[in-house]
Amino acid sequence: MLTALLRSLRTGVVTIRYPEEPAQVPERFRGAPRIRTSSAFDALAPASVCPSGAIAGGGGQPRYSIDLARCLCCGRCAEASAGGSIEICRDIELATRSRKSLIIEVERGLDGHAFVLPPPPPGPEVADRIRRTLGRSLHLRHLDSGSCNACDWELTALLNPVYDVRRLGVDFVASPRHADGVLVTGPVTRNLEVAVRRTYEAVPEPRVVIAVGACASSGGIVGRSYASSGGVAEILPVDVFIPGCPPRPEAIIYGILLAVGRVRDGSPA
Amino acid sequence: MADPIAVLDDVRARLAGQGGFERGPRQGDLTIRLHRTEGLPAAAVQLCAAGMALATVAATDDETTDDRDVKVRYVFEPAKGAGALPDVFVTLMLSLDPKRPELPSITPQVPAASWHEREANDLFGIVFVGHPDPKPLVVHDGWPKGLHPLRKRFDASFRPPVEPAEEFPHLVVDGEGVFEVPVGPIHAGIIEPGHFRFSTVGESVLYLEPRLFYTHRGLEKRIEGLSVDDAFYVAERMCGVCSLSHGLGFCEASEQVAELEVPRRARVLRTLALELERVYNHVGDIGNILAGASYHYGTSAGLRMKEALQQLNEHLTGHRFLRGFVAPGGVNLDLTAELARSIETAMAATSEALASLMERIENNPTVTDRLDATGLLPLQDAIALGVTGIAARASGVDRDARRDHPHAAYASESGLDVSVATDFNSDVHARVRVRATEVYESLRLIRVMLESMPAGPIRTAMPGVLPAWRIGLASIESPRGAAIHWLRSDEAGRIDRYHLRSASYANWPAVPIAAQSAIVPDFPLVNKSFELCYSCTDR
Repeated sequence: MLTALLRSLRTGVVTIRYPEEPAQVPERFRGAPRIRTSSAFDALAPASVCPSGAIAGGGGQPRYSIDLARCLCCGRCAEASAGGSIEICRDIELATRSRKSLIIEVERGLDGHAFVLPPPPPGPEVADRIRRTLGRSLHLRHLDSGSCNACDWELTALLNPVYDVRRLGVDFVASPRHADGVLVTGPVTRNLEVAVRRTYEAVPEPRVVIAVGACASSGGIVGRSYASSGGVAEILPVDVFIPGCPPRPEAIIYGILLAVGRVRDGSPA
Repeated sequence: MADPIAVLDDVRARLAGQGGFERGPRQGDLTIRLHRTEGLPAAAVQLCAAGMALATVAATDDETTDDRDVKVRYVFEPAKGAGALPDVFVTLMLSLDPKRPELPSITPQVPAASWHEREANDLFGIVFVGHPDPKPLVVHDGWPKGLHPLRKRFDASFRPPVEPAEEFPHLVVDGEGVFEVPVGPIHAGIIEPGHFRFSTVGESVLYLEPRLFYTHRGLEKRIEGLSVDDAFYVAERMCGVCSLSHGLGFCEASEQVAELEVPRRARVLRTLALELERVYNHVGDIGNILAGASYHYGTSAGLRMKEALQQLNEHLTGHRFLRGFVAPGGVNLDLTAELARSIETAMAATSEALASLMERIENNPTVTDRLDATGLLPLQDAIALGVTGIAARASGVDRDARRDHPHAAYASESGLDVSVATDFNSDVHARVRVRATEVYESLRLIRVMLESMPAGPIRTAMPGVLPAWRIGLASIESPRGAAIHWLRSDEAGRIDRYHLRSASYANWPAVPIAAQSAIVPDFPLVNKSFELCYSCTDR
C-alpha cells in the first residue's frame, strides 16, 4: 500500500490539459485530407483511390467531393494527387453537428483551379434544450452498434489517467436509464438494430446521440449491405458526428464538448 | 523439430485410396480431394490420430466456374509434440452439389469444427448432416430461410427486413432453484456486444450459453471482388486491437498468391510491429483483468502502460492501432534512428512498470485470491476445442504460430527463436502470468530486432492483378493467439474469397467451460482473462 502510494507520488500528474491546451499530434500522424488552395482541379486524386468510397466526382465531371465522415485517414488520396493538391492535415477537431459540413465540395473553376465551396452553416444548436436540462456535464452510455472495437478502446482510453475525461464532468454510466445520451460506435449491424433502438428509447429525454468514428458517422469501410445499415443516422437522430478511423481520444473529447455547446464548431466557446 | 515430410508421409499412408493427393496451398503443404463425402469424418479422425488439429474451414461457391460446385476445405495443422511443430497444413477438400450442398458433420469427432460448420450452413447453405447443434450462428432474428449471403448469386445490397427478436434457441436448464440470468448484448461497461445466458443456482453458474455475431458486418462479402490494395483496408479493419496482425496476415496470404518476395528490412519491421501490438495488448489486458478483480490501482497502471505504448505506435506509424504501417509488398514507413531510440526508451519503461505491477499482484493476497483457481480451462477441453494463444498456453498447450509456422523475420533472422511460455494451472492467474512472461519475451525480440536491423528497401511493388485462382494461407500469432488467413484470387486477379479465423473465434467456445467453475460475479474476471474480440469473431 505504502509503496503504491510512494510510486504514485513519484509519478506525479500524467493527465493532459486538453482542451485548455492544444492536443499534441506526432509528426507521422495522418489526419483528414484537405484541398490545397490554388490546386489544379485535374490534379485531384481519382475517386477510385479511396478504399471507403469517400471521394466522388472528378474524371471529366466539373464537381468533386470528399466526405470526411467516410474517410479512413489512410492518406492514399494525398499520395495519388499530382503536385500535392490534396494534403493530409493534422487538425483533429473535426467533429460537427451537421453531416453535410463534413463533405468538402469542390468545383472546377473557369481557370481550371479547384474551387472549394464554403461549408454550409453549422446546424442549429442541438443543445439549447439539452443544455438547459443537462448543463455542462454529460453522463453517457456507450452503445456498440457493430464497431471493430478500435473506437471502443479509444472510449476506454478516455478513462485512463492520461485523458481522464471525468475531470471535464463527463462520465460513462452502466445503464441507458442513467444516461443523458449515447456514444455510438459502429455502422449499426442488422443483428444490433433492435438493441440500438431499444437502448436509445431507454435513455430519458432530452437525449444526445454522438456518432463516434467513420462507421457510425457514415458506414465507413463497412458501407451499407445485408449486414449493415450504413451509419447511425439511418436509425437514430444524430446530434454530433466525430470522423476518424478511429478518432483520437482528444477528437472524441472535442465531439462530446461540442454536444453540450462547450466548444463551437471550429473553436472553443 | 519433427520432420514435415515424415508427417505428410504418415498422412498419405493413413488416407491412402480415399482421395487424390496434391501439393498446396503453400509449398510443402498437402491437399487431399476426398472421393466420397461419406469418408470425411473417418479422414478427420485419421488426421487427429496423426497429431493434427483443425485450423480452419473455408467454403467457396464455385457454381459459376467450370467446376460448377460448392467446395468445403477442412484445413488441419500439427498440434501435438514438444518444441517446434512441423510447419505444414493438410487440407481435406470436398466438392458438393451446388443445388443441394450436403456432407456429414465432423463435429461429433472434432468438436472444434462446430462453429465453422454452423457458419458455413448460414452463409453458404451447406447442410452438415449429424451436427449435434445445427442452429443458426451468424444470422439472427428473422433472417429469411434459404438465403445465404456468401453464395455468389446473393446480392450484398439486399436488406431483408429486421423482425422483432424472438427468444433465441438455447439449452434450458430445469430444476428447483435454477434461474436464468440474461446479460447483453449491450453491456454495462465499454465492451463489445454479445449475449450471455447464465443458468444459475444461487451464485454458481451451472451452464452458460453465449450468443455472438451481433457485430457481423458482412466483411467477407464486402471484400469479394476488390483488388488486393483495396481489400487490405477492409482486412485491417476486421478488428481494432488486432489491426496489425490481421493486416499482416492478409498481406502474407496475398503475397503467397502473387509469389512476391518481401524485402528483408520490411520483414523485420513487420515483425517488430507485430511484437509491439502484442506488448500493448498484453499490458492493457492485464490491467483489464485486474478491473475484474476490483484491483483498480492495477487497472490504472495497465491502462497507463498501454496508453504510453499506443502513443509510441502513433509516433512510429501515425496510428495508435498501427494501421497503415503494413502494406501489401512490405511496409509504408521506415524506422529512423530517433524512432528506434524512442522504442528502446518505451520498452525499458514498460519492463520496469510491468515488473513492479506483477510484484504488487503476486504479493497481494486479496488479488491472487480472486485469480487463483478461477475460470479453469482443463487441458483436454483446450485441445478438443482447438483453443489457441494465451488461453491454450495457460492450460499447458505448447503452441505458438510464431514458432510453429515461422514467417516474416521469425523465419529468416537469427536470435528470433520464440521461447513459448506455458503454464499448467489453467486458471485466470495462469493467464495473467503467461501474458507477463510473453511481454518480457517480446521485449527481448524487439531488442534483438533493433540491434540487428538489416538495411535495404522496405517495399516491393505488389502487382495490381493477382494470378488467377491461387490460394494463400497464413497463420499469424496475434495477441490473442493464432489467426488463420485463407485467401483465393478470382479469374480477374481480384479477391474471390477471404476467410479469417481469428484467435477469438477459436477461443470463444472455451469461455462457457471456464465459466462453469465460476460464480456469476466472477464471470467478468473469467471473460477478461481470455480478453477475446467480438468483432474479428463476427466479421
